[in-house]
Amino acid sequence: MVSLGVLLFMVAVTLLAPVYAHDIAHSNPFASNLQGRIKIGGHYRSVMPANTQGLGLGVTPIGPTWHFSTYFLGADELGRDVFARILYGGRVTLLIGFSSGLICIAVATVLGMLAGYFGRATDWIISRLLDIVWAFPIYLLAISLSVILVTSGLDLGIIHIGAGSLLLPILIIASVYVPYVARPVRGIVFSLKERDFIQAAIASGASDWRILRKEIWPNVAPSVIVFFPLMVALNILTESALSILGIGVQPPQASWGTIINDGLQLLYTRPWVAIAPGICIVVVCVALNILGDGVRDAFDPRAKLRGSI
Amino acid sequence: MSLEDHSTDAVLSVRDLSVSFATRQGVVRAVDGLSFDVGAKEVLGIVGESGSGKSVAMYSMLGLVRDANVSISGSVLFEGREILGLSDTDMQSVRGGEVGMIFQDPMTALTPVYTVGWQIVEQLRAHNEMTKKAAYQRAAELLAEVGIPDPKSRVNHYPHEFSGGMRQRVVIAMALSCNPKLLIADEPTTALDVTTQAQILELMGRLQATHGSSIVIITHDMGVIAEIAHRVVVMYAGRPAEIGPEIDVVRSARHPYTWGLLGAVPRADVKSRRLVTIPGNAVSPLEVPTGCAFAPRCQYRMDICEQRPPLRGAHDHLDACWLSDEQRLAIRSTATVRGVS
Amino acid sequence: MLRFTIKRLASAVLVMFTISVLVFLIFFATPGVNPAARIAGRSASPQVLANVAKEFGLNRPLPIRYGLMMYHLFIKQDLSSYVNIGDRIIPQITAAAPITLSLIFGAVVIWLLVGVSAGVIAAKNKGKFIDPLVMFFGIAAISIPVYWLGQMVLLVTQGGLHTSIFAWAPNGGYVSLTQSPWQWALHLLFPWLTLASLYAGIYARVLRGELINNMNEDYIRTARAKGLSERRILYRHALRCSMISIVSLFGLDVGVLVGGAALLTEVVFGLPGVGFLTYQGLQNLDLPLIMGCVMYGAFFVVLASAVVDVLYAYIDPRIRVVA
Repeated sequence: MVSLGVLLFMVAVTLLAPVYAHDIAHSNPFASNLQGRIKIGGHYRSVMPANTQGLGLGVTPIGPTWHFSTYFLGADELGRDVFARILYGGRVTLLIGFSSGLICIAVATVLGMLAGYFGRATDWIISRLLDIVWAFPIYLLAISLSVILVTSGLDLGIIHIGAGSLLLPILIIASVYVPYVARPVRGIVFSLKERDFIQAAIASGASDWRILRKEIWPNVAPSVIVFFPLMVALNILTESALSILGIGVQPPQASWGTIINDGLQLLYTRPWVAIAPGICIVVVCVALNILGDGVRDAFDPRAKLRGSI
Repeated sequence: MSLEDHSTDAVLSVRDLSVSFATRQGVVRAVDGLSFDVGAKEVLGIVGESGSGKSVAMYSMLGLVRDANVSISGSVLFEGREILGLSDTDMQSVRGGEVGMIFQDPMTALTPVYTVGWQIVEQLRAHNEMTKKAAYQRAAELLAEVGIPDPKSRVNHYPHEFSGGMRQRVVIAMALSCNPKLLIADEPTTALDVTTQAQILELMGRLQATHGSSIVIITHDMGVIAEIAHRVVVMYAGRPAEIGPEIDVVRSARHPYTWGLLGAVPRADVKSRRLVTIPGNAVSPLEVPTGCAFAPRCQYRMDICEQRPPLRGAHDHLDACWLSDEQRLAIRSTATVRGVS
Repeated sequence: MLRFTIKRLASAVLVMFTISVLVFLIFFATPGVNPAARIAGRSASPQVLANVAKEFGLNRPLPIRYGLMMYHLFIKQDLSSYVNIGDRIIPQITAAAPITLSLIFGAVVIWLLVGVSAGVIAAKNKGKFIDPLVMFFGIAAISIPVYWLGQMVLLVTQGGLHTSIFAWAPNGGYVSLTQSPWQWALHLLFPWLTLASLYAGIYARVLRGELINNMNEDYIRTARAKGLSERRILYRHALRCSMISIVSLFGLDVGVLVGGAALLTEVVFGLPGVGFLTYQGLQNLDLPLIMGCVMYGAFFVVLASAVVDVLYAYIDPRIRVVA
């Protein structure tokens, strides 16, 4: 339950990102602010002060001020408020994670149910399709698709998706993980089919659609629900990996992954730019995993009977 | 027979065994005041419905109940030695070495990744100093004894290569491998078809005579009792309802619950319209009445049944019921309960 | 057993073929994407573009294009990077492979040791304090982005503490085994630990779950009734049965890694393995290089999957009968 609370907190906080940026910090996290000056404790300081150490060349962004209202975590190499960017980036990361998780599970459940229930030809086709997508190492498939599509967009006659659209990473990440969920669902439907109550429904003349809806789906739903938090966590990690490689979220949008990427240049001088988004990812994923475990334990009736003889 | 003191010459002597579990809904008394003896070379049958506590009783004696919320009290003497409360290490030499166990479902009783020979050898070498070669030889001998054809090569087969009945024979062979004084069989034939059932029971009877071990057989089926048991313990809601020699209990049962059990056996020689059933449902272990546990379902209940009846009787045949012998005679002469002559 | 193996390998070949077609289609036939520009890479002159169009038969039907691509890639092996002109793909990959293998080898040893021990400890002490503690670390391990973890490790060892505690830690790079075994291991130490952490977490969790499930099986009760020690029951019976699912998981994980899935770790620590090569290709949008690396990677996944299936049949005697 704690994990659910943590998650909701993160979501709420990121949703409030614009509030923070406009009303509290009075900064625009997406515009360069190389010449800016901020006021801390009565003194004005430059956002990109000149280097005094080393060779005294160039500028280094200001480090964490630990003042909640201004440049809490410092600035990145373009003078932008890192904390505000993390809040905005959180929205993107969480959006991608949840929506691709949702799409992935929806598609996978449908495919799994169809393959498991109708068997034979339908099953063969769907299973071969899943095999192929699955045999492609996840990262390589996502990378291959992303390289092509993200930098030049998708133009399929009626469907136009711009190169910078978030829909591309969402769809790519979702499709890559479909076999991961579809296979177990198919397995469950297979064993369900043999059970008496399904045989009874068929014998009583119920239509396929009715059986799928009323008998199969309620029994598949718990397992599918258990998958959801885990898929979201997996998708968030994949998105950040793709963004770090430059083929995930594209500028001007930011996600936790892209911010980590930004922070790598400053790793030894201003480490917080890279550390903070990473910690955010870890916290959210840990919360999701714990939530997933909790959901699974709650749904598994056998788990309660364990341990006596 | 007095159930106050332990019987000195019994292989297994149980006095006042109680097993309860602390659960979220309250204390569950799975076994409540069970006492019986098993003599040498004797077959004792423990019969009762599901949930009567018959399996839990035997498992708890051997330390096989791993629930942290269990509490066991009473006294169990095995060959004169108190085994209740023994440390796990000491128990390990008793289990398998002096007491063998057979379980209900042969399909899942054996570890799937090792050959049956390996598993028998494992037990042999855990309790005896033996070379592997000698142990494998003994394993093959045991398989032959239980009637598995071609034992020398079957010793190297995996459990899934045997049918259900064959697997149960392997389990029996394994249980008898260290020549235990006592063999406990928990519903050994329930998962098998009727023909195989008969074969297994016959095998057990034969082996018992050869090895000279006592057997405690747990079952819900009075037919099995009639087939193989010398003495019977009838259990209801964790309590003993009736104890005695099989012949006595079957021919002149004293407890109304036993009457119900016997009446429920379909008989080919008696023309009947319907099977007799015991009215009501088995009592929930959380709601066992303070008086006689069977009273709510008993058609002969009296006011005194609000008090728990003690287990008592003449000679070897005990019952826990307030009905007097005269009352029983009256019931027998007028009742149409089948199976009671 | 033999028939099963052959059938399995035949499916593997079929899947490989399909993957090669898929890769080809993605890179060269996605509508709206210009193939010649893709092969030539960024900033290519019209001359180069014309050459590319001719050599890869871009005006000819798809199957011919596919055939030509495969021919260049595998048989003539003269497919070269158009960005680093003249650098042939196949030799680059074969040179990078041993480095990836070194990385995986050490990581595997560490993650198996740590993961399996953690899983066993957690299962043995189920319910007591150490169980959720170990599991929490397992969850944390799978929630950390590997790339970020590597950067953090570098930050710690190369940053402020480099002069004091971590002076001995090298700043990335690779030293071959033949050159200096000690340096080889030293340079790979942190990469090993970083890569292993993710998998140790996964394996600890999976093994704990499997062990606990198996400890409730009937055959464990039989083993207890035989008078065996708890220790023997856990290791010889429960663990042995749990290893079956671990083995299949392991085979697939190693297959994926050998194929270059550890690219983020390689990039962070500057190890010029296959993953690093793929990354470079991505940075430069060097399509021939990317294609070569993807094919290489897919090959190992498919191979590993087939090997695992065969091994699975060997380990679990029940499968053998069905196969």
